[in-house]
Amino acid sequence: MKEKNLKQAKGTFALKAGLARMLKGGVIMDVTNAEQAKIAEDAGAVAVMALERVPSDIRAQGGVARMSDPEMIIGIQKAVTIPVMAKCRIGHFVEAQVLEALEVDYIDESEVLTPADEEFHIDKTRFTTPFVCGARNLGEAVRRLQEGAAMIRTKGEAGSGNIVEAVRHIRAVDKGIAELKEFLRQKQMKKIKDKAAEYRVSPELLIQIAKLGRLPVVNFAAGGIATPADAALCMQLGVDGVFVGSGIFKSGNPRKRAKGIVDAVAHFTDKKKIAEASKGLGDAMAGLEIGTLATKYAERGI
Amino acid sequence: MRWQDWKSARLPPNTRSAEFKTVNKKIQIGVLAFQGDVAEHIEAVKNAAVKLRRNVSVVPVREQRDLTGLNGLIIPGGESTTFYKLCQREGIFGEIKKIKNILGTCAGAIMLSKNAQNKTKDQVTLQLMDVEVARNAYGRQNDSFEADISTTLGAMHAMFIRAPKITRTGKNVRVLAEHEGEIIACEEDSKGKYYLALAFHPELTTTLFHEHFLHKVFANS
Repeated sequence: MKEKNLKQAKGTFALKAGLARMLKGGVIMDVTNAEQAKIAEDAGAVAVMALERVPSDIRAQGGVARMSDPEMIIGIQKAVTIPVMAKCRIGHFVEAQVLEALEVDYIDESEVLTPADEEFHIDKTRFTTPFVCGARNLGEAVRRLQEGAAMIRTKGEAGSGNIVEAVRHIRAVDKGIAELKEFLRQKQMKKIKDKAAEYRVSPELLIQIAKLGRLPVVNFAAGGIATPADAALCMQLGVDGVFVGSGIFKSGNPRKRAKGIVDAVAHFTDKKKIAEASKGLGDAMAGLEIGTLATKYAERGI
Repeated sequence: MRWQDWKSARLPPNTRSAEFKTVNKKIQIGVLAFQGDVAEHIEAVKNAAVKLRRNVSVVPVREQRDLTGLNGLIIPGGESTTFYKLCQREGIFGEIKKIKNILGTCAGAIMLSKNAQNKTKDQVTLQLMDVEVARNAYGRQNDSFEADISTTLGAMHAMFIRAPKITRTGKNVRVLAEHEGEIIACEEDSKGKYYLALAFHPELTTTLFHEHFLHKVFANS
């Protein structure tokens, strides 16, 4: 991940992380066809995530979930002008190569799809296209950074319509960072080194995080966001933006809900605006108790 | 002596006291804050103000009341479609047009332009600056690049992220930088309005353009 100071360069880490910076304060929506992508763009989404089935359908239908059909991704790229992201399976670097060939703007190496490798994630430094990865805690987040991810999101629990896991993961990352900051303040370098060994990353990365007081890349919330208030909750907890998966197109009125979530994120500290954005959205997606889930996607790819 | 005689002497204004005023003058810059790299711009304005030793306050702008009392506005990088939607919903398009000094980077340059190509069907720009801009004209993210560029303000490093191209400039528009035959920075200073449009993201690498913008805002305020 070392950058050379070239006169002109593509695919550098600064460019990968740079695109994520431009998405901050925005909503990225899961879409399964061109029509949904248009609805997302009209609502004010900053990007769309092209996938064949939204997580709640994957959960209901079961089976192996894979990368989407390239034709469907191309259809969505043609339909909208905002960035198009797509998911590949954890460790499936050939699916990632295919997505890079399709020129998607970001690749999500996602636990929502069935993992292809139970030991290794993709070496993301080998790609020009940037990657976003899910994390439940600081350890997972920094391992993904070490592998070359340019953006992090909480795993939450995709397709559950239940915000509790995303909140847990935001707080866990924060707690990990607070611990590092305290080590740095007390100049306990030994403890930082021990943490680095525990997380299996370089101490320099942890020192940088301790100094910044946050992850060194953009950090979004994902997994279980179903309402404008859910989205604003994550924003007030300190994330840079939100992914909404099943929450929009599994609800009664996707167009209105999509717009409501965008408004709530743009005005996340303004309770009156959040109230306005929450009005008359129809039915939210049916939510699931985490305890009743047969498969917890968040436990994949640690 | 009649009062007309005093007037005819045409003494120049008291520059010393005017100068004294400008040094202490405080300006307020807003950054459109619905979405995008807002924090980076706020940081760049603060750093530029320190370098210039000028009194500048900088505030995020999300609604009508945030726009009152602004001397200048920055429209950051982000998604121009999203900016447009949220400005419309907030009903602040007209108010933004009244602001005298505006800096737009990337998506912000699209917002400033008189006309933009490859925008969505219902998307409208502010139509303030006599330039035409093509959205995402370099291609998708894989074609994003960083490069050393030379500008009339000096050499710098610049990030082009899904960048637009400035395809036409009007007669009052001055080009500040080109890269490989494309105009990447330009300004329009006419009729008491000042607009600065950049295809790249100076906020990620330098304060040169922010210093330049602040100079103009001070001169215009």
